[in-house]
Amino acid sequence: MTAIEIRGLEKIYTVGFLRKKPRQALFPLHLSIEDGEIFGFLGPNGAGKTTTLKLLMGLVFPTSGTARILGREWTDPEIKAQIGFLPEQPYFYDYLTAHELLDYYGQLSGVPAKQRKQRIEEVLVHVGLTDVKGVQLRKFSKGMLQRAGIAQAILHDPKVIFFDEPMSGLDPVGRREVRDLMEQLKQEGKTVFFSTHILSDAEALCDRVAIIYKGELRGVGAVADLTSTVQGKVDLVWQGTQVPASIKALGAECHVTGETVRAVIQENQQDAAIDALRRERLRLISLTPVRTSLEQYFVEKTQKADSTAGAAV
Amino acid sequence: MKARIGYIAANTFREAVRDRVLYNLIAFALLLSGAAILVGQISIDIERLVVVNLGLTAVSLFGIVIAIFIGIGLVSKEIEKRTLYTVLSRPVRRWEFIIGKFFGLAGTLVVNTFFMAIGVFAALLYVTHKFSVSDAFILVALYFIVLEFLIICSLALLFSSFSSPLLSAVFAFSLFVIGSFADDLRGFATLTHGLTRWIATAAAYLVPNFSTLNVISAVAHQQSIGAQLIVQNTLYALFYTAVALSGAVLIFERRNLK
Repeated sequence: MTAIEIRGLEKIYTVGFLRKKPRQALFPLHLSIEDGEIFGFLGPNGAGKTTTLKLLMGLVFPTSGTARILGREWTDPEIKAQIGFLPEQPYFYDYLTAHELLDYYGQLSGVPAKQRKQRIEEVLVHVGLTDVKGVQLRKFSKGMLQRAGIAQAILHDPKVIFFDEPMSGLDPVGRREVRDLMEQLKQEGKTVFFSTHILSDAEALCDRVAIIYKGELRGVGAVADLTSTVQGKVDLVWQGTQVPASIKALGAECHVTGETVRAVIQENQQDAAIDALRRERLRLISLTPVRTSLEQYFVEKTQKADSTAGAAV
Repeated sequence: MKARIGYIAANTFREAVRDRVLYNLIAFALLLSGAAILVGQISIDIERLVVVNLGLTAVSLFGIVIAIFIGIGLVSKEIEKRTLYTVLSRPVRRWEFIIGKFFGLAGTLVVNTFFMAIGVFAALLYVTHKFSVSDAFILVALYFIVLEFLIICSLALLFSSFSSPLLSAVFAFSLFVIGSFADDLRGFATLTHGLTRWIATAAAYLVPNFSTLNVISAVAHQQSIGAQLIVQNTLYALFYTAVALSGAVLIFERRNLK
């Protein structure tokens, strides 16, 4: 089943006071996100990620296009009871404590009073915000605010969760925890749509990704497919400090790091290389095909767009 | 629907309390006790007049300052700080948000006025040593002041829904000043001719008529207030508030939250 279906959502802002000019923030966007997927929405700053999320949340109105979430029109207020949203760099009512904030949001989302108290405790533990009872949000660090933001997004047990740059402001441990949380949400059957410009996060988490650049969709697909372009080379790693002459003769690019050596060779020469290591009594650690990383794919898609634009000029 | 409006109103009230808005009561109490002591010593037979005049005017001014300065930030601050994003991404309609904010601020002002009213009556008892029947009309004057607050709150919300806090403050305060002379403006309109008359009359009826809501002087002079004026002012204030709030909702429903 399709959880989110975006059909031609487009946003044109008008800028300037006297001489008004149109500025295309988002070109018509078509996307389908399946139920239970973790979907990464990738793009550099200013690419149109936040605009897309704001359109889906009904915070800005589209110039054209529609969307459906869980089979219903995205403008239907009732569908929002099944949606969670974490805005980029969230800022909350800083005179409230985390418990009060979540209680307020629980009320607005229609969580019954009896369940609310227990649910608040659960999500606070879930996001690692313990020992904050009685502490106003104005005393929270950036990372703690981000955690409170995640807590409010999942408080009402939504089926679809939108995260805008969820790892922003978090330290490496916090980022890892958020990644684990997203994995857990997926296991619970939730659909997670998250925007990021940190490609390693997307690569580690997402079933599929879309790349957006200058308001335009540049590519979409499963991470495994986008990164599966085998370049006809293999990556060979063995224990040692020297490169045998027989491997050098294969024309390998070799790098010695401490007690390991890494060599990139042509795929059709891998048997010869392994034989050479056996002869030299060197211990093979790994042999993996060289794949295009998500980063390479991303750079290729965005640079291609720039060069096309440059050529057009 | 009603519940969501109530939750938003309660949160707005809590924000005002936590932002120490009710601390103005301390300044009010100091002003009124100082005045009562001073008046008790220097005035002869006009203690009541001075205390009622001063007390009710202070209630009105303190409340108007709060209504304008909180009201102008009710929407714009939520947009600027982006706290609105996590509210409107829930099953909350935009109009519910506006109405909830209005009731939250109105509630704050009613509570504030209640405590100030206690202060006025305490000061009055201090200088006159007993209450008279005509003192009941002070309650009517206080009720009219609350009606005045409702209009100011709705206007501040209206301006806050499309302009910056500074401009909203200027607009709301200007309307308060002009509205306080609404009767004079209507009188002026009758003296003009042609297009000027049309414009002056339209302006006179468009600005809120705060003159009719101001019965402080009459009450201070122990004059009675007729039931007809109470009904008329109630209907006028509710109508004006409803129109201003509808305008705020109409604008906010179409606004892109960039």
